[in-house]
Amino acid sequence: MSAPRELPIATNGDVVVVRQQVRSLAAEIGLSLVDQTKIVTAASELARNALVHAGGGRVLIEVLEGGRRPGLRLVFSDEGPGIPDVEQALTEGWSTAGGLGLGLSGSRRLVDEFDLVSAPGEGTRVTVTKWAR
Amino acid sequence: MERVPILKLGDILIVSIQIDLDDQSVLALQEDLADMVVSSGARGVIIDITAVEIVDSFIGRMFSTIAAMTRMLDAETVVVGMRPAVAITLVELGLSLGGVRTALNLEKGVAMLEHVRGAAG
Repeated sequence: MSAPRELPIATNGDVVVVRQQVRSLAAEIGLSLVDQTKIVTAASELARNALVHAGGGRVLIEVLEGGRRPGLRLVFSDEGPGIPDVEQALTEGWSTAGGLGLGLSGSRRLVDEFDLVSAPGEGTRVTVTKWAR
Repeated sequence: MERVPILKLGDILIVSIQIDLDDQSVLALQEDLADMVVSSGARGVIIDITAVEIVDSFIGRMFSTIAAMTRMLDAETVVVGMRPAVAITLVELGLSLGGVRTALNLEKGVAMLEHVRGAAG
């Protein structure tokens, strides 16, 4: 079992590294090509969110073993301004940074489990999980 | 930051993305393409994404931006070579790439550009 690894998200280049690491672990645990693509895409959206909205953060990447099937869990956290209205932030098309507003709502559709914890002034933590089928 | 090379073939510009795109490279490519469409007088742009493993909302928006931008500069853009897994993921993400022409491969992309130009007279 591989130990959880933490990666910084401080630059555009870090977002690329996060994508590469997630891709490599997703392939390693046997996710299908489509599921690999989905979790890497979600990781890219969430890493960019941390960079753009919070000025950076980090991601903890964890392989989940021991269950019926292996899974990959990613925990994105930052100490940014936080999200005042989480429900609204998960609405499609809602954006504060002039983007398409697909980052959060779209990422949620690409993974099996999605959890968002945030409050104004307390940063944001997004946890996503994708299970092998 | 890595820069994506732009090749000229007749009056078509061909961009084959072979690197992991970071957001700065995406923005640089948009600007380089606009400059080169004008300086070369190209009538068509083909963006080959055969080697691109993921298209997220930022990269997807780049395709729409480039398509709209080159249209204003009298050139049509076609995105070719999208992987099936990328197409599935884009639809689920909620990105329809409105206004972006696509073709399965480079050959079909070139044929599409010739057809568009023929129709325009």
